[in-house]
Amino acid sequence: MNFFSQAAAILWKDILTEFRSKDAITSMLIFGLLVILMFYFAFEPDRLEIEKFGPGLLWVTFIFAGMLGMNRAFAGERENDSLQGLKLAPISWAAIYLGKMLANLAFMLLVEAVILICFAVFFNFDLVPRLGWMLMITLLGTLGFASVGTILAAISMNTRMSDVMLPILLLPVILPLVIGAVSSTAAIFTDPPGEGLAFWLKFLVVYNIVFLTVALLLFDFVLEE
Amino acid sequence: MKLQTLFALLTFVVMLAALYAIFIYAPTELTMGVVQRIFYFHVSSDWISFLAIFFAVTYSIRFLMTGERELDTKAAAAFEVGFIFCTLGIVSGMIWAKPVWGIWWTWDPRLTSMFVLWLIYIGYLMLRRLLESPEQRARLSAVFGILGAVDVPIIYMSNRWWRTQHPQPVMGGGESSGLEPQMWVAFFLALTAFTLFYLYLWKIRCNLEQTTETVETLQRQIEIRLKEAR
Repeated sequence: MNFFSQAAAILWKDILTEFRSKDAITSMLIFGLLVILMFYFAFEPDRLEIEKFGPGLLWVTFIFAGMLGMNRAFAGERENDSLQGLKLAPISWAAIYLGKMLANLAFMLLVEAVILICFAVFFNFDLVPRLGWMLMITLLGTLGFASVGTILAAISMNTRMSDVMLPILLLPVILPLVIGAVSSTAAIFTDPPGEGLAFWLKFLVVYNIVFLTVALLLFDFVLEE
Repeated sequence: MKLQTLFALLTFVVMLAALYAIFIYAPTELTMGVVQRIFYFHVSSDWISFLAIFFAVTYSIRFLMTGERELDTKAAAAFEVGFIFCTLGIVSGMIWAKPVWGIWWTWDPRLTSMFVLWLIYIGYLMLRRLLESPEQRARLSAVFGILGAVDVPIIYMSNRWWRTQHPQPVMGGGESSGLEPQMWVAFFLALTAFTLFYLYLWKIRCNLEQTTETVETLQRQIEIRLKEAR
């Protein structure tokens, strides 16, 4: 098996286990919807305010919902003592990282799609003309989040308070990503699209390349014993 | 030990010289007044907090490559002492900002980066606390340290670019307006003094850690001996 089919096997395994229990996806989804509900009653936004605060709201929801899923990614392996088995399998450890990262990415994208639809419906905001850009920004932002989140989840699962430790480690590191994702989303929320969209998209691409590379290089040390 | 005493003496002398230069030799700034003298302490602390993280990360990388425990101790000590300087940098900056800008805090790229850097330091120190096995602690904290250090320049640049799309906060005459020659002297002395002091504290912290480890090994040996004696 080459590197990518190894990663694909891990991805497939994670998708199968997730769809048997649906724990992570359900909790992420409900949490995301609750954030939107809270936001509405906290701010009661009108049309202009949605343009202004919507991007931030969306990304805060994505990130907090994503963190719930991220915590599950390795916790499950740990509870069932299956991480040892994964490590003994004749595959490269970087492939474990890549597979897990892609699984996290897939779950998050699924949840984000639902949250986006609910956002558009609840706030009566027309996403359809912006859909292409929105999908692209969401994909880039979530990819960066999953690359950093997966390796940090693998680190924090070893601590005594892993649920608390993950956000403490993760949020400062992804701050640039949040700035990029929110700024580019804000650029497409106005009619006509604001300036800076191309710039922030390029920034997100660079962030993804840097952190994906560093994480792939370092992941072996995280699993080593 | 001899060398360390000499180093301590050197640090002390440079610190005295820096204090003299800051408070007596350098002229008082016209618009800001005496408050400006915080600048020498503030910029030096900030310089150390950036230096420390890269200094620490070189040890972390070397640790991951070789697996020598001593290198991990050095990295951890560098992070720990760096955290103190990072806190000092932020606090001294706020004390300076209040009379000069009229506010304690603004989301300027430099301030934001310092704040996020501080959070990364805290994350690193907490992670070390919460990991129990020493080998695991060494490896995982090194990985987090490297990720954090890679992020530092990105955080700074992203904040700068983000700022360009927002109105600039009003700043009453930044230090970009240039320094008097005497001020430069005081500034460089302060930088040197802080760097020496940082290295000195770091060395002491490393020694302390090594002593702790020696004591732990000795304690274990005593326990084994006692068991054998029974």
